[in-house]
Amino acid sequence: MAQDFVYPKFEYLTPPEISEQRAGHYPVVIVGAGPVGMSTAIDLAQRGQSVLLIDDDETVSVGSRGVCYAKRTLEVLDRLGLGERVVDKGVSWNVGRTYRVEEEVFHFNLLPEPDHQRPGMVNLQQYYLESYLLDRLRELPQVEMRFRNRVNAVEQNPDRASLVVETPDGEYAVTCDWLVVADGARSPIRHMMGLDIEGKVFKDRFLIADVVMNVDFPVERRLWFDPPFHPNQSVLLHAQPDRVWRIDFQLGWDADPVEEVKPENVIPRIEQMLGPDIGFELEWVSIYTFQCRRMSQFNHGRVLFVGDAAHQVSPFGARGANSGIQDADNLAWKLKLVIDGQASSALLDSYSQERGFAADENILNSTRSTDFITPKSPVSKMFRNVVLDMARELPFARKLVNSGRLSVPSYYTNSPLNTPDTDAFAGNMVPGAPLDDAPVNADSWLLHHLGGDFALLVDVGQAQAMSDEQRAHWSDLAAQLAAETVPVRLWLVTADEAVPGLDTLVDTKGRLRERLDLQVESVYLIRPDQHVAARWRAFDEGRVREAVRRACALKGALH
Amino acid sequence: MALNTDPHFFEPGVRYFRDYSPGDDFYEALIEAHRELSDEQSHELNARLVLLLGNHIGDLSVLREAFDVARRGVLQDR
Repeated sequence: MAQDFVYPKFEYLTPPEISEQRAGHYPVVIVGAGPVGMSTAIDLAQRGQSVLLIDDDETVSVGSRGVCYAKRTLEVLDRLGLGERVVDKGVSWNVGRTYRVEEEVFHFNLLPEPDHQRPGMVNLQQYYLESYLLDRLRELPQVEMRFRNRVNAVEQNPDRASLVVETPDGEYAVTCDWLVVADGARSPIRHMMGLDIEGKVFKDRFLIADVVMNVDFPVERRLWFDPPFHPNQSVLLHAQPDRVWRIDFQLGWDADPVEEVKPENVIPRIEQMLGPDIGFELEWVSIYTFQCRRMSQFNHGRVLFVGDAAHQVSPFGARGANSGIQDADNLAWKLKLVIDGQASSALLDSYSQERGFAADENILNSTRSTDFITPKSPVSKMFRNVVLDMARELPFARKLVNSGRLSVPSYYTNSPLNTPDTDAFAGNMVPGAPLDDAPVNADSWLLHHLGGDFALLVDVGQAQAMSDEQRAHWSDLAAQLAAETVPVRLWLVTADEAVPGLDTLVDTKGRLRERLDLQVESVYLIRPDQHVAARWRAFDEGRVREAVRRACALKGALH
Repeated sequence: MALNTDPHFFEPGVRYFRDYSPGDDFYEALIEAHRELSDEQSHELNARLVLLLGNHIGDLSVLREAFDVARRGVLQDR
């Protein structure tokens, strides 16, 4: 194997509940140290919350598995402190090409507009992502990690959840105020709690082969319908770091999952595709089927489900790990406010509502892609092929070619946390929208400055034109907002230069004003997860306070 | 050319944040209309759809152009 990655082995330590024979209670226990569980742990720890993270395994993801990490995920990972590492190691791409037989019929660009820091997508083996998440966790003293700890039983009452955990030294019991369940698609805890997850199974099988080879293929996603090297089925090709390429063959429902993964059957398929002149080594082979399904509710009392445990999608669109990391992004700030007594558990209902909406959108889009890529009836296949044929000449048909609608963040337009617009704005940055990034200051990016706390952006026009009285006014306000129970950080947006002594976003390229449709005096309230909470054409302190309360699901909003 | 071949799907009152969404809404509804029909029934459904939509469009200059583009596509292709 030309494998550059060395699997770490995590040390098992006897838990103090066993070695010291004592009861353990923790504010937050997270079960499952995959990308979603670890992201949740990092986010909570960065907010000062202590967390116990337990996992039944002792190493990172075996095999590359999840490979595509979308722009929004990278922005979340930036906030968690590892975005740069993921982008540096990963393969960035924006262009996807679709072929029918041998001819290109369509291509898309995930990020056609300039002045965004992160690319549309980065490909990176899941084991690298998990290693970087673990490295970040180790920098955070608030997190205790326990490996080879398997949860055998879960119970809860209105005040706490209790777990029975099995280790190489036997079982122990712990209780916690909040249990975050990130134990994956099969979710043993979901089963233990007898909770339903509903949806449908797709009757198709796909073969994943990761191969190591020296080729100068373009760094693009390529999808073939009915290629000569694999007739009547689809094939997907993705670049990964370390000269690894992911090939995904549609096999059909009748394929034998045991036979198909044998090298003597896999290698000829790849040779058919690559031709006789390209040498390669097999790194990892897997066969998969998939389901699209979700739990009807993600929060159950003291127990909160995130990632694949709560919802699963088809892999077309890379919406699995990406949506799971966005679950973590949505949940962590809300859970911290609830733990600190600054919000009620009603805020956790909004986690389920917002991420349930996102799950529906992800399931809808990935199901549509699946139905286009692998049509289920002769008439469906005919429409698909006619669309591909017409796409060569007719623009409307190109828009219908669905070779995967890749992961993008949801607009929570129906969220109860939004303050509905009362003023007119152009563009897409409506309440509930994931905030667009933009270049600011000398060499910096909007989203790097936001996140963590609520942020209030106020367009003040020219810093040079600001009077001492105005500066004193904003300075007082910044101090007041920062001292609130739920702190809000004030950012002045200017067109020219920084305002001395105040947090300023200088809109050097004009993109911020363009993307948010800002005018002088416009105000945006941004949530800790960088979604828009409210916006106005003029600043009003009372309305800002009320919008913050609403975004925290606090009853009895001020009037 | 009177026949519009640019992307043109929309639904009154619905705001789209992704440009592919209205077309995908249409395509899903189309395939759903054929769900569990035999090939012959699907054929008939397509005929009914052409008649309904033809009447809705009404403008024969547009329809003749569409017939022509569609027929040329079939004859070139197979």
